[in-house]
Amino acid sequence: MGFVERVRNSQLWKSIFRHPAPVDRRNRALVVLTNFILHLHPVSIKKHGLRLSYTWCMGGITFFLFLVETITGVLLMFYYRPTLEWAYNDMLALRDVVSLGVLREVHRWGAHAMVITVWLHMYRVFLTGSYKRPREFNWVVGVVLLVLTLLLSFTGYLLPWDQLSIWAITVGSNMARAVPILGHEGPGQQILTVGGIDMITSASDARFALLGARVVGEETLNRFYVLHCVAIPLVAAFLMGVHFWRIRKDGGISGPM
Amino acid sequence: MADERDKSAASESRRPAVDRRRRGVLGAIFGSFLGVGLAALGAAGGLWTLATSRFMLPNVLTEPPSRFKVGFPGDYPPGYVETKFKEKSGVFVIHGAYRGKRQVYALSTVCTHLGCIVIWQENEQKFKCPCHGSGFYQDGVNFEGPAPRPLARYAIRIADDGQLEVDRSKQFQEELGQWDDPACYVSV
Repeated sequence: MGFVERVRNSQLWKSIFRHPAPVDRRNRALVVLTNFILHLHPVSIKKHGLRLSYTWCMGGITFFLFLVETITGVLLMFYYRPTLEWAYNDMLALRDVVSLGVLREVHRWGAHAMVITVWLHMYRVFLTGSYKRPREFNWVVGVVLLVLTLLLSFTGYLLPWDQLSIWAITVGSNMARAVPILGHEGPGQQILTVGGIDMITSASDARFALLGARVVGEETLNRFYVLHCVAIPLVAAFLMGVHFWRIRKDGGISGPM
Repeated sequence: MADERDKSAASESRRPAVDRRRRGVLGAIFGSFLGVGLAALGAAGGLWTLATSRFMLPNVLTEPPSRFKVGFPGDYPPGYVETKFKEKSGVFVIHGAYRGKRQVYALSTVCTHLGCIVIWQENEQKFKCPCHGSGFYQDGVNFEGPAPRPLARYAIRIADDGQLEVDRSKQFQEELGQWDDPACYVSV
């Protein structure tokens, strides 16, 4: 028995890998089916699914960029403090004095790239008609993921806490003023009136809930930080699991038209 | 295991003959590609681990410097305990006596029991720990409660401009006989 076989037959190896060595077709399938990391993949795919000219690999690249953003983002969190006193200084420190602080630029450019690739992915899915039955639900999940990607960019935009950030979020969140019914300057705002008292005011509308204040301030910074680092990534990661799983269950990558 | 191999070998013999020598060459090429790829992956992983480890060590600190001036010796009348440096720098500067000699010295504010910050009680003329009740005399020696040893001293000296300068990076412990070191007091 060779060294490799002895390792493969050891109790330690067998306790980690639940399948025998992938030496025949059946076990090669089992490797994919029973391995946690690989189980989202289909056991086998159609040959056209490998053609780069068909998929552009834009979904895969988007997921890769999400992983890049997650890893660099967690590392940035070790230095960044979301307070009026430190947010801008910590951002400058990452640029000027922290070793490997270039991770912040990687995070920023990765975010730009992710927005581009997610749009191109959607464009490809549209051009190939891959949104049609039985993939309608996965299209909807994908649209939600697109919106979440844009919201991740929007919330992350405030965190450097420079003039550009503050006024961009001020302008951006002003749109929430004009939301129908829930914005205090939006149409139908007067519908939610009880006994002549407005329920939707500048201190109770959608914008107020988003900012945690009437103007962009430290409360807003904290809210956007939590949304950017925890809330939105959690929802996006869950939906990504659903998205990938549905690709397989809906019959793999769609065929050429 | 051996049975399976025999079976697969038997089924292979039923397939059309293949050029075994050529397969060996292809296998060697593929194997070496795999080897190079795995080595590159390992090298990249190692580099990444080193780089992130370095990333975790900050180059600029926002904590107060370990050496700082605390005024002139004349600012400290006999028996005076200065508490204004406690909050920021973690130091009491005291004009007291140790073994009958009048000295100015800097005591750590950290209790030697479990590390709480002690409080100077002017009326009782003692340092008291709010956590478990340890008490220390003005010279820093423990006399009540669970604290096992006196408060630590920090290095203190007269700087070039005549001011007292405390250096928190050097500690002196009484029970080790280090309080005899002239680096931890200024005679007055």
